[in-house]
Amino acid sequence: MIEVIYALAGIGILFNFLGGIGLVRFPDVYTRLHAETKCTTFGSIFIVLAILLYELVNWSTNSWVMSFHSIIALIALIITNPAGAHAIARAAHRSGVHPKEAVVDSYEKVKR
Amino acid sequence: MNMLFLGIGSILASFILLPLVRMISGPTIPDRVVALDAMNTFVVVSMLCFGLGYNSPIYIDVAIVYALLSYVTTLYIAKYLEGSL
Amino acid sequence: MKAFVITSAACFIFYLVLTAGSGAIGLWSIYEIIAGLLLSIIVGFVSQKYVGGRMSKKALDPMRWMRFFVYLIYPLFWEMLKSNVDVAIRVITMDIHPGIVKIDSKQNNDIGVTLLANSITLTPGTLTVDVDEKNNLYVHWIDVKKKQPKTEDVCGKMADWVRRITQ
Repeated sequence: MIEVIYALAGIGILFNFLGGIGLVRFPDVYTRLHAETKCTTFGSIFIVLAILLYELVNWSTNSWVMSFHSIIALIALIITNPAGAHAIARAAHRSGVHPKEAVVDSYEKVKR
Repeated sequence: MNMLFLGIGSILASFILLPLVRMISGPTIPDRVVALDAMNTFVVVSMLCFGLGYNSPIYIDVAIVYALLSYVTTLYIAKYLEGSL
Repeated sequence: MKAFVITSAACFIFYLVLTAGSGAIGLWSIYEIIAGLLLSIIVGFVSQKYVGGRMSKKALDPMRWMRFFVYLIYPLFWEMLKSNVDVAIRVITMDIHPGIVKIDSKQNNDIGVTLLANSITLTPGTLTVDVDEKNNLYVHWIDVKKKQPKTEDVCGKMADWVRRITQ
């Protein structure tokens, strides 16, 4: 069972790491948001799965509280991360940061 | 004490250095806000792991409040950048 | 009044869930119950004008919740898996053709648009930037294939799923 916990935590760490690397390597703010939002949210899901599995295997008196509160924290992350990314993207476009190397930009023509 | 999750939490906390690079070198303000958002996510996840490592549920409660408050911060800065504040 | 009661009850239940296991009456201590009641009444009183008038009976339909949980597992989690592998490969190879495109979201209410926009942000190579009055979404696409895409090109079957959940 401990191997499964190691595997889940490893996947979570890997995706979080790739999110951070993407944040450093991508060329403009929109692509950076892609890396940040998707990879860190997905990595967090796997970390919380590892926590839940660990609590399930080593059940003790406050395991119920720990696992339930972890799930609530995960739900808060899943709801707030995309909404925050959406807010930053819109604010960036309205404050005059345009996508680099863009093939098409339909949002350019919209009047504000 | 639980060395496995303390180790995972330490690794995740060390990833905060990556957004820090972007936050210092980011050419525009939205870049820095994105870096702040990523840092907040890493802090929340590593706090969950530390809560398990020290076996105290209070860390996890703090993580929930931190996640919600960081979302409010992000929305506030975004509002300010749009110029509608 | 209805909004006040519903908001207070939801806050009280959430408070009880968060503090379960603290004492002797059931799972809770008497202090937690009193504090939770007071706080939830205050919160309900303050926030009743923000939630009032927006509630509908659709939220009580169990079939919609069933469809919502199925939606979370099959289309959403699977697409998230694909999108993360996709973005991970792009982080390493830097093969990107970004652009902002406009699609029709096919929704007619706020909750549907919110759910679809968040789902689009979490799925392959797409990020919602804005939504206008006619519920058209402006999507930043990391690998633009068509300049005037249809809804299915960007988010697959998810628009229909969300419409079945919320309408």
